[in-house]
Amino acid sequence: MKESVTLLYDGTLEGFLTCVFQVYEQKLIDVSIKETSKAHAQFFGTNETIVTDFKQSKRVWNGLKSKTSSTGRIRMLYAFLSEMDGMEDVLLRYIQYVFKNPEPVDSDFSHLDVLKVSQIAKSVGREKHRMEAFVRFRLTKDGLYFASIEPDFNVLPLIQKHFKNRYADQKWLIYDLKRSYGIYYDLETVEVIQMELPKGFDPTKTCEDFFSEEELEFQTLWHDYFQSTNIESRKNMKLHVRHVPKRYWKYLSEKN
Amino acid sequence: MSFERIQEKLKILADAAKYDVSCSSSGSNRKNTTKGLGDATGMGICHSYTEDGRCVSLLKILLTNHCIFDCAYCVTRKSNDVKRAAFQVQEVVDLTINFYRRNYIEGLFLSSGIFKSADYTMERLVAVAKKLRLEENFHGYIHLKSIPGASDELMREAGLYADRLSVNIEIPTESGLKLLAPDKKREDFLKPMNKVKHEIIQYQAERKIIKSTPKYAPAGQSTQMIIGASGETDQQIMWTSQHLYKKFNLKRVYYSGYIPISYDDRLPHIGSAVPMLRENRLYQTDWLMRFYGFDVQELLNDQHQQLDLDIDPKLGWALRNLQQFPVDVNKADKQMLARIPGVGIKSVNKIVQARRFRKLNWEHLKRLGIAMNRAKYFITCDSNEFERRDLTAIQLKSIILKQSSSKYTGMLSPQLNLFQ
Repeated sequence: MKESVTLLYDGTLEGFLTCVFQVYEQKLIDVSIKETSKAHAQFFGTNETIVTDFKQSKRVWNGLKSKTSSTGRIRMLYAFLSEMDGMEDVLLRYIQYVFKNPEPVDSDFSHLDVLKVSQIAKSVGREKHRMEAFVRFRLTKDGLYFASIEPDFNVLPLIQKHFKNRYADQKWLIYDLKRSYGIYYDLETVEVIQMELPKGFDPTKTCEDFFSEEELEFQTLWHDYFQSTNIESRKNMKLHVRHVPKRYWKYLSEKN
Repeated sequence: MSFERIQEKLKILADAAKYDVSCSSSGSNRKNTTKGLGDATGMGICHSYTEDGRCVSLLKILLTNHCIFDCAYCVTRKSNDVKRAAFQVQEVVDLTINFYRRNYIEGLFLSSGIFKSADYTMERLVAVAKKLRLEENFHGYIHLKSIPGASDELMREAGLYADRLSVNIEIPTESGLKLLAPDKKREDFLKPMNKVKHEIIQYQAERKIIKSTPKYAPAGQSTQMIIGASGETDQQIMWTSQHLYKKFNLKRVYYSGYIPISYDDRLPHIGSAVPMLRENRLYQTDWLMRFYGFDVQELLNDQHQQLDLDIDPKLGWALRNLQQFPVDVNKADKQMLARIPGVGIKSVNKIVQARRFRKLNWEHLKRLGIAMNRAKYFITCDSNEFERRDLTAIQLKSIILKQSSSKYTGMLSPQLNLFQ
């Protein structure tokens, strides 16, 4: 009997798909896939680092293309971006189930892994939608619309298109403080950037050193509007908190 | 712009506009093709929620709360002693653009009290929309109010810049309208609604031939009815609603529980509760009509003029029609699946997809997210276990109510709650 193997990859989708390719190539049975940073030494079994190979990942992806619907693939991508522990193994089993069956099975919700992927994809989709709603741009002194976020899942790759379509005539930057990277639009294209925040910069405060003069005025107007549009006799805080969970409040100017 | 003045105006005119419940920003298809600002394709986004749990999606304000009418149910009625204010066209434009750039809103919902005349008011609303589209290159969502009595020419222009137009029926029955808003006639509401409907049909037909035909109110029309102000029955409300959907191709009818704002004897007094539960049941009925294939007469008819408050309308219907159950989830068609209490449209689709692979049992159904506490009495599946007792509707209702806890329990209980 072969001993169990853990394949380690660099955290990218291509890296993960390369691992999937290796599972088939090496005919691995007792196998698990993990991101390198999340791995620890094994008592039983061995770790094997897999170098991302775009040719191999492409082959797996093309294989999936012929056997799944586009919704099915989007669900896989979303589930992958959840970065949840053990998600890679669920996805591996999902992919194996897809390849084993002659018919497309990505809507077989009575299969545990298919259902799991679709449920996680739903949470990620919800977080994506929340970020499209809860991003609050603030105008900096040099004319950049800046927003900082801390989403539960890695949704920046998913919201890029939405913001590019919408804010085509203004420079903007959305920065994920949790994962220390951002997406920046320079009126032409969107780029992934990493940056060092200035010393003493509090992302939840609008400090006059960094932000334009009118910025605070508009935040005040928005805050007032938020208060005036509320109907006191219908107050329902439970519903309010369900829609706007407290962990997002610190970046919403109307809640501060 | 002077910050303090704008701040004061915004407070007054947002406060006056909040009783209009429409907040939808979806259903349009205005693409940002010119590298301008904004995009109104796809689904709407709720950028925040007020403490009453309602969505904030659009900057919802009145252009002015000066009004020549004296409708009893309205907070901006002529005889009401409130602070009055009016925005200038440019001020509304600046607010909208700056809020939009910060990702606060999806667009603008502009309504107005009627000052001088209907046309004079409508002209200003159109001017705001026109400026946003032509001068600011704005592609976000614009919802304009059709002012009852505005000329056809203005309504035509409004639809060219707005995504949605709406005119509020307000009172579901004609007799109620006569009592509460003697200055207004039902025809005044229906005329602009009819005009817009015909324009939409015409523009859509032309677009099929000439692709460059401009869009006309791509997100359609909506309206609102106030619930519980004039003693109407649920049947009257929903039949009016069905009529509006069918006759005027409305996208949405909103139901707004009356919030007491005056000491007028014709209306519920200040301090009486907002009928929120009733409002909720009406929305559920509306959904059953639009998405679940129910005819309004199945849910509300002369024998059954009011909706049950303690159970949802679909369960109510099922209890009156027990002869149609149990339904076999592995065989029934989509339409019948959608009629099972506790099974929503999303679950229907999942069931239909999943049962192609294997016969579904209780475990599968539970994992798909079906509300078993209600559904289990109305279905059979791949299992020997199912409800075998021949229960009457009353027995079944009491079993279901006992086993489920509703968020409305407090409201339904006859006991007085001392600590609220």
